[in-house]
Amino acid sequence: MGEEVKLFGVWGSPFSRRVEMALKLKGVEYEYFEEDLQNKSDLLLKYNPVHKKIPVLLHKGKPIAESAVILEYIDETWKGFPLLPKDPYQRATARFWARFVEEKCMPALFNCTVAEDRKKAVEEAHETLKLLENELKDKKFFGGEDIGFVDIVADFIGGYWLRDIQEIVGLELLTKEKFPKLCEWSDEFVNHAVIKECLPPRDKLFAFFRTRFGSKS
Amino acid sequence: MAKNDVKLIGAWPSPFVLRARIALNVKSVEYEFLQETLEPKSELLLRSNPVHKKIPVLLHNDKPICESLIIVEYIDEAWASGPSILPSDPYERAIARFWAAYVDERWFPAMKGILGAQDDAARMAAVGQVTEGLVLLEEAFQKISKGKSFFGGDHIGYLDIAFGGFLAWIRVTEGMGGIKLLNETKTPGLLKWAEKFAADPAVKDVLPETQKLAEFSKIIIAKLRAAAAAKAK
Repeated sequence: MGEEVKLFGVWGSPFSRRVEMALKLKGVEYEYFEEDLQNKSDLLLKYNPVHKKIPVLLHKGKPIAESAVILEYIDETWKGFPLLPKDPYQRATARFWARFVEEKCMPALFNCTVAEDRKKAVEEAHETLKLLENELKDKKFFGGEDIGFVDIVADFIGGYWLRDIQEIVGLELLTKEKFPKLCEWSDEFVNHAVIKECLPPRDKLFAFFRTRFGSKS
Repeated sequence: MAKNDVKLIGAWPSPFVLRARIALNVKSVEYEFLQETLEPKSELLLRSNPVHKKIPVLLHNDKPICESLIIVEYIDEAWASGPSILPSDPYERAIARFWAAYVDERWFPAMKGILGAQDDAARMAAVGQVTEGLVLLEEAFQKISKGKSFFGGDHIGYLDIAFGGFLAWIRVTEGMGGIKLLNETKTPGLLKWAEKFAADPAVKDVLPETQKLAEFSKIIIAKLRAAAAAKAK
């Protein structure tokens, strides 16, 4: 068919997994290349000279970098299983919350693992999760009845990444008591037929985080 | 109630607000400009953007849209019959979005670094970073414009708007430091682009006057320096 789709990623990265989720949801076949971030390939440096980061999508020989940009490209190129709604206002809303996850939630969550004032960092992270919980309301997914753009961008929170980190580091971030809806959503997320095929192997991820964060208890 | 009631909450010095204004002008959309003093922030702003409490906020038939680049995409999609802001080809759209993200996440923080610099060494370092970024943008401009006037081709588009929003601030920064950020040697394409962009009908009436902005910038600089000093402690 000559559609030639290639993805340069890293097995444990929520950013490259997002791209895999989008491709799989749309039934797009692709070739995957695992990068070693300690020893970046010449191809990666050629395809993303500005940031030298994964993920990079290559379609018909042309590279696209930045996961949110890649997701929109995928949505516009392969029409099956739309990730963004059709209505402009709903699209703007989805883009807003995806940005919020990337620019506010994720940094606040990561910060909890390094901040000196852990209590304050956790409070700030909770504030961001609360806003997300309120946005989810009673929907099954941020996308409504099925996975959408925001769900995919929030994979770090919905998938095993956050759960593993909070367990290993000893943080109470995404808890049933404080965020019942988000917890329910994350269960739906990891059990979704397509998403579950796209998540990193559980044991491997847990072991990776355990090495990375050590045992602080 | 008006069928197409459009309001923009903003402030004239903000490059982010400018993006929204230019986009509305490209589509010839009539709108009410609600100027914020930001001290204090208006009830309407706090109600319309409770998450970030920031400008710009577009209110379209009372529905709020926040975040400048999201607003620009919304304007493009909601007024689909007007001239296109984003390119039609998905790959070109991706390139435009990539560089707009670069401007916001890499280049703009370096610009703030110049204004907030505590001393000459810090300023020089920040100027270096900004210049490196402009060289990358120059390369991108050469590739994307394909010899035409703008990133968007014959007419201004998404990336022109995303980057062009900062033009008055670039000029103020140049004036302050006696430097030429856009110059014949390193950024000849962007230098020409800047003149054409500033003269564009959608831009010229809303682009802040350099002198007026320079006066205003003293307040911003004081804030940025105070923030940088607090961080350094």
